[in-house]
Amino acid sequence: MGEVNAGRDHAEFRREVREWLETNCPPEMRDGAAGESSICWGGTTWVFTCEAQKIWLDRCAARGFTVPTWPKAYGGAGLSRDEDKILKQEMQAIGARSPLDSFGIWMLGPALLKFGTEEQKLHYLPPIARGEIRWCQGYSEPGAGSDLAGVQTHAADQGETWLVNGQKIWTSYADRADWIFALLRTNRDAKKHLGISFVLMDMRSPGITTRPIQLISGASPFCETFFENVEVPKTQVVGTIDRGWDVAKYLLTHEREMISNGGNAMGSGRALGAVLTESETGQSDPVLRGDAMRAEVDSLAMAMTLERYKDQAEGGQGVGDASAMLKYMGTELNKTRLELIMAADGADALTWGDTPASSWLRTKANSIEGGTSEVMLSIISRRILNLPG
Amino acid sequence: MAKLIQTEEETLLSEAAHGFLSKSAPVSRLREMRDSGEHSDPALWQEMAAAGWAGVLVPEAAEGSDMGHAAAHVLAREMGRNLTVSPFLSTAVMAATLLRQFSDDSATSKLKQIAVGGLTYALALDETAKFSPDQVELTAESRGNGYVLNGKKRFVVDGCDADRILVLAKSDAGLCLFDLANKAEGLTQNALKMIDSRDAADLIFNDVEVSGEALLGDPGAGFDVLKPALEAGQAALAAETTGLAEAAFSLTTDYLKERKQFGITIGSFQALQHRAAHLWCEIELTHSAVLNAGRILDETPDQATLAVSVAKARATDTAQKSVQEGVQMHGGIGMTDEFDMGFYMKRARVAAEWLGDYGYHAGLVAQLRGF
Repeated sequence: MGEVNAGRDHAEFRREVREWLETNCPPEMRDGAAGESSICWGGTTWVFTCEAQKIWLDRCAARGFTVPTWPKAYGGAGLSRDEDKILKQEMQAIGARSPLDSFGIWMLGPALLKFGTEEQKLHYLPPIARGEIRWCQGYSEPGAGSDLAGVQTHAADQGETWLVNGQKIWTSYADRADWIFALLRTNRDAKKHLGISFVLMDMRSPGITTRPIQLISGASPFCETFFENVEVPKTQVVGTIDRGWDVAKYLLTHEREMISNGGNAMGSGRALGAVLTESETGQSDPVLRGDAMRAEVDSLAMAMTLERYKDQAEGGQGVGDASAMLKYMGTELNKTRLELIMAADGADALTWGDTPASSWLRTKANSIEGGTSEVMLSIISRRILNLPG
Repeated sequence: MAKLIQTEEETLLSEAAHGFLSKSAPVSRLREMRDSGEHSDPALWQEMAAAGWAGVLVPEAAEGSDMGHAAAHVLAREMGRNLTVSPFLSTAVMAATLLRQFSDDSATSKLKQIAVGGLTYALALDETAKFSPDQVELTAESRGNGYVLNGKKRFVVDGCDADRILVLAKSDAGLCLFDLANKAEGLTQNALKMIDSRDAADLIFNDVEVSGEALLGDPGAGFDVLKPALEAGQAALAAETTGLAEAAFSLTTDYLKERKQFGITIGSFQALQHRAAHLWCEIELTHSAVLNAGRILDETPDQATLAVSVAKARATDTAQKSVQEGVQMHGGIGMTDEFDMGFYMKRARVAAEWLGDYGYHAGLVAQLRGF
């Protein structure tokens, strides 16, 4: 429903953007592809799928369009949200792919913009914007999943440096990342939320190893990451030492909004309507049609809710704890959508390859990663509804 | 481009409405009316008119406050919270939206009367147990300068007490919309004893003669004339129903914080916490859909169908969830007449059917989304 609120007073900007896209977006990058296989993640290990993917990234990066709302000094284009929305609309109109997606853009960038020093921003943000450095996120541990503040990977104080030992799990693409941002236990004596620091580490540091985990979807986007006597300079802390939980909480809120907004793990972008119209089952099965109608009504209301919270955030009222609602409803609706797509495609969906099967399986993690649905409901119940205990 | 958040004016309006309604027309007033067999409150409507609510969609040229649909939704939501009984939806929202499409003296004079609370309307639409406004069997036969109406309309909300009736009839030229006095000769109102204790009637048209001026718009254009009014009504009803869902939910969470069993407040049980939290999420989504419908009706009313149907479908569903969870989480007391939850449940059921149920609106959404 975004088009309904499209800016009328930004005609000039829209024309500019349209012209720029027309000139700069290679035809191969206009196929409307979205989802895991078409994403450009960047980084030193990245192998471009074609020349056009590299051209598209470089041109966008030069214009600040990989991170349109970041300030120009850090590699962005300094766009307002309205302008950003217009850019997205115009890209969508020609089926343009996203030039670059990464945890640097989604997660670390916002954390640095809020908590980083000027030096850190200038050092770390531009390579993210240019797609040169790929980041991964080291949060969960085998013993700290939903209870994230229970992280035990330890950073021992050695004066100028820390000595890191421990293990992370579910580290997305750790095997292909250049750097990691992680939550480390820097104080074992403090209460568990008050002894954690948010630390940046070069994945090539001696002592870091990774091992991919094969998932039910057949893919291995997640890894175990091991730290054995890894030396880390103390300048690589974001925010205050021992107060990394503040950064983590901010990022978790951000991550929840992002996931609900259709992050990369949300699977096939096919609209339900199109799926039902294309498939025989979708035409003939009244129960499936009914379920799809319900899902369509709900996802339209969800889209309006995202719009409303963005408007609210822009007006200075943060989204805050309501991000738990966005994450919970967005991911549950997305799981439903993929279930319906599977049902509509029938036996055609039951093979590996060019079918929705792996997307469908991938979406099952949506309501686990970034905080489970149950954790989200508990957050709402405690912090928004003020129910006891 | 209006944002999907309340403006300052809307917040002020909602606070004023809240203050007024919680004093003058709370749920206890509905209970009183039910117990005494009244189903309308003309004095209350006069107060609402004085506050500019009756003229909320009447143009300033016809002396209305013309605050727009989003503002009407703010008022409807507060009425929903308090289960306030009034001709607001039929008259101030639907009839006003319909009549303001015309600029003749007759329409202007009616709009003026609506704005001062001097004229009320009911829309006679349904002919079967389900809403399907373009399936019309009631006939309009040309006779001399005018028409003769024969047939039956069911579940006409405000059908007993409204001064005038807007009725869709089938003529040789197609559907025609007529505006006639509710006291016309040959027109009988069979009052319905509704579960929500409000005014509704079946109307029997037996050789009801109307003049040519009673026809609104061209012969055959009846549904086109009606459509904007229907959509405005559906969206405002969605707003009312959202308010209802919120109020029922708020009763429920208050109870969860106060009721003790097994020595602790039941709100500390995760089984109930998660159901309450889920319901809150549902209400949030529905609230967004209603806000969106209001913005679109104010900005591009001819493109509002999808937004309105999403809002009405969502509000219908959410209100029913809210009252059902409300009764269940209250346990036995939720089943008693003494407690208000039943009033919310009964109104939610009637509002679910009025102007199109979940299936009707979800079907429209699917159609507009290409399946």
